[in-house]
Parts: sequence; structure tokens; C-alpha cells
Amino acid sequence: MDWKAVAKALFPLGHAIAEQDDFLSGSAHTKAGSIAVVGTTGHAPIGVEIALAQARFILATLRAHPGRPILIMVDTQGQRLRHRDEMLGINSYMAHLGKCVELARRKGHKVIGLVYDQALSGGFITSGLMADACYALPEATIRVMGLPAMARITKVPEERLVELAASNPVFAPGPENYLRMGGLEEIWSGDLAVKLEQALAAQHAGDTRSALGQARGGRKLAQPVIEAIVAGRNDLAA
Amino acid sequence: MSSYLEATARERLQRLFDAGSVEEFLPPAARVVSPHLGQLNAPVAFDDGVAVGRALLDGLPVYAAAQEGGFMGGAVGEVHGAKLVGLLRRAVVEKANAVVLLLETGGVRLHEANAGLIAVSEVMRAVLDARAAGIPVVALVGGSNGCFGGMGIVARCTNAVVMSEEGRLAMSGPEVIETAAGVEEFDARDRALVWRTTGGKHRYLMGDCQAIVADSIAAFRQGAIDAIAACRGEPVELTLEALEQEQAMLAERIARFGGLADPLEVWAAMGVVQPAAIPMMEADVFAEAARCHRLGGR
Repeated sequence: MDWKAVAKALFPLGHAIAEQDDFLSGSAHTKAGSIAVVGTTGHAPIGVEIALAQARFILATLRAHPGRPILIMVDTQGQRLRHRDEMLGINSYMAHLGKCVELARRKGHKVIGLVYDQALSGGFITSGLMADACYALPEATIRVMGLPAMARITKVPEERLVELAASNPVFAPGPENYLRMGGLEEIWSGDLAVKLEQALAAQHAGDTRSALGQARGGRKLAQPVIEAIVAGRNDLAA
Repeated sequence: MSSYLEATARERLQRLFDAGSVEEFLPPAARVVSPHLGQLNAPVAFDDGVAVGRALLDGLPVYAAAQEGGFMGGAVGEVHGAKLVGLLRRAVVEKANAVVLLLETGGVRLHEANAGLIAVSEVMRAVLDARAAGIPVVALVGGSNGCFGGMGIVARCTNAVVMSEEGRLAMSGPEVIETAAGVEEFDARDRALVWRTTGGKHRYLMGDCQAIVADSIAAFRQGAIDAIAACRGEPVELTLEALEQEQAMLAERIARFGGLADPLEVWAAMGVVQPAAIPMMEADVFAEAARCHRLGGR
């Protein structure tokens, strides 16, 4: 999915988003005012540079435009798999990005994630999954790892995983499974500009994804386990 | 001196905290197991690979979690992640003095792929929520499975990471990189290279961990006590100033070391006099030698 086509649909009032080496940043106009836009394209592998570029943009937004909403546009194949990135401490770069998103939220910036193409593992956990709410387009792909690689590591036959992926939201890569598990707030279709306006107007109180996952039937145990521990009970509520 | 590396999660809890003080939440007797492993015919554990609870640390009541590397490499599934989130949220509700996370994990449990990924994301948010509530969170990394994947990110969301030389902290495991990019990119069987790249000494020099200790439970205990004490007198929560400093530190790393191929070259560029001698040094000798060369920041 071309980010320019998505941006055109999201921002009929116009935008000034620039692409450089798979890194997207800039601003756009919505009926509710200006919005900062940051993200990646081209199924970007998230290495130390592009993680730091996104963090830099978010910190600059906090300084220059206090309170301005931030849209994170997600298209990534996950963290870059290189010795150099590990040597430089890529987990620290990704944590830094996640912390910058968190600080933006704490300082009153509405943060929205949109998986408009592909989201994988480490590239997703520090971007869209750090937002107040994450959305996806219907054609989006979201997963931890491809089924062939997962079969190698878990030693579960690939045919069995393919079979499970058809019925079990835990294995299937589609956005509807992340929706059922509470990882996504909603899958957007129709007028994207309207969807964005609604998302900007929505109120979010803390991380409610485990409760959503329980209500939607995709993750039945996470919320009861959390509740039992917080309440000091040693059994799950019936 | 009992090894931290070789101990199980519960042995670490029992010996690291004050004797007899550990109280576990949702203990194995509650038999809350993974709802996903059964369909893959994979074994389950009655604690889903993590013990959470509260304990006294040198008399201070704290909340604690210990991941069990012996069960699926300490990987995070739906229940495992929810136990960590529940612990962190309870710490906030009860205004805990601190949370100590004994991390040993490969990251997301692939058997519960999507649920595990969201769970790790929830843990990350819960750590930062605890910090926002003024509760210091400290991570200890010294288990034989290291601390990888999304949990390598979680570790760096805490106030401080304490490592042993034997501990490993990174994102992608060497085997994953070798599989994806070839043996010439990262030879996972070259143990010396793996330790130079992901081990405690390199992480300490790079500023990815704030303390390095010997591989003993007593040393980790003291490391945790010191790390919590160090959190007093500075903001526990995220601040713009601290993140701008971190931004500068991480940019400096790329500028100074981004063109180098091996941690030995990085250490030499830092001004370490005999980089080749680093791997052989004892933790305390190393910490002294490294102090004036290491990058700061959290």
C-alpha cells in the first residue's frame, strides 16, 4: 500500500509529509487542527538510525508543538537483523523510541497508530502498539514471524500452524485477529479522514487492551489473571 | 558463593530477597496455565514460567518477578505476560517502594505468537506506568537464556539494568540473525563474538546497563539494593530532559562506533588501553577499568 495514497485519503485538507530513506515525517491538516505524522514505509527494517530518527521527530514535536496529536504510520518488516545493530544496542534504540511515544502521551499528546501495510514484531511493539489506540487497514498484515520460521523454532509442523492459523487468532497474521485480542482498537474502512477524526476525538484511559481482548474473545485469560493479582486473589474469577 | 546463572527462578527469589520473606501471587497451586500450548501438544507449567510476588529486600518491602528460563526459555505468553502486568499494576495500586524484575527470556513465546506480542507490549506499558507513578523499576539480567526480543526492550524501559558478565542483553538472538542474514553476518557458534556483542561487559561500556556484578546471587542482591537507592533523588518517571540526553547519547554511539565491525574495535575507540584483556577480567576489576571510558546515560 502506497503511503501517499493513504495520506491523501486521511488528509483531504492537505499534508506536508516527507519520505527519506523509508522514514516518514511531517505534518498534516485535519478538521480538528494540525497533526504530526511519523512512521516508515517500504516494509522498512527498523535499524538504529530509523528508530532514532522517529524518536528525534517525536521529541522535537514535544518541544515545538506541545499537545499536537501524533499519528504513527506503520509499515515495517520488524527490527533489522544485523550484527552491527546488536553491537550498537538496538534494543536500547527501540526502547528509547517507545519511551518517547510514552512521554508524548504523558504530556497530553493524543497518539494514534495506523498499520497501513505491514507490522512485525519489534518494529510494531515500539510504534503502533505504544499508541493510545492502534488501528489498521483491512489489507494490513500483522504478525510476529512468518509461519515457516515459526515452525522451525517451535518445532511444530508448518501444516499444523497453517491449519491453526485458519481458526486461531493467536497464529493468524490478519488484523482481525489482533482486533479480537485487543491489540487493535478498530479496522478502518470507508472514509479514512472521518475515521481519523473519530479517533482523534476518542478518549482513552490507560491500557485497556487485555479487557478488550477478553470482551472480544481473543484473549480470555489475560484480563482475569491481571485482575486476580491486582485484587490479591489466588484464583481466577469464574 | 551461589551462582545466579545456574539457579532457578524461585531459587533466585528465595536467596536474593530477605530469608523467608517471599510471598508469591497466583502461585503454581492456582494452576493457571497457558490456554494455547495444549493445542500444539506442548507441555504447560502451573506458573506459566514466571513467579511474581512481594518480598523484603534488605528490609524494604518490594514487588518482584522472576522468569524461569527452564520453561520455554522464559518466553512470554498470554498468562506469563498478564502475571507481569498484574504485578506492576498492583505495585502501583499499593504504592510499592520498588519493583525488581529478574529477567531471563527469549522474548515473545512463538507458540502464542500474536497474544505474546501484545502481552510484551502490555508489560512495556505497565513498566512505564509504574515509573510514572513514582515507583522505581530495576531489571536484573544474569540467566543463561539472556534477555532478548521484546523483553530486551522492556529491560531498557526500566530505571536501571544490573548485569553479570555472563548475562546477555540484546534484541535478536545470534541464531535468528544467522538464519536470516547468513553466517558471515553473525556466526552464532562463535561464542566469544556472541559474548563480546551481547554480554554484560559490552553493555556496561555502552551504557545499556548501569551496573555490572559478579555471577552470584549475593552480588545481584547488592546490585538491586544499590540500584534502588540510586533512584532516590532523581526523577523516577520519564522526563523530556532525560530522553533528550538519551537521544544525544544514542546518536553519539552511531557517530563514534557505527563504522566499526567488532566490539573490540569499539572498546579501543573508547580509549580502553587493552581491549583484548577485557573478556578475561573479573567483574570488579573490569568495572574499575571501564568506569572512565563507558558511555553514561540510562
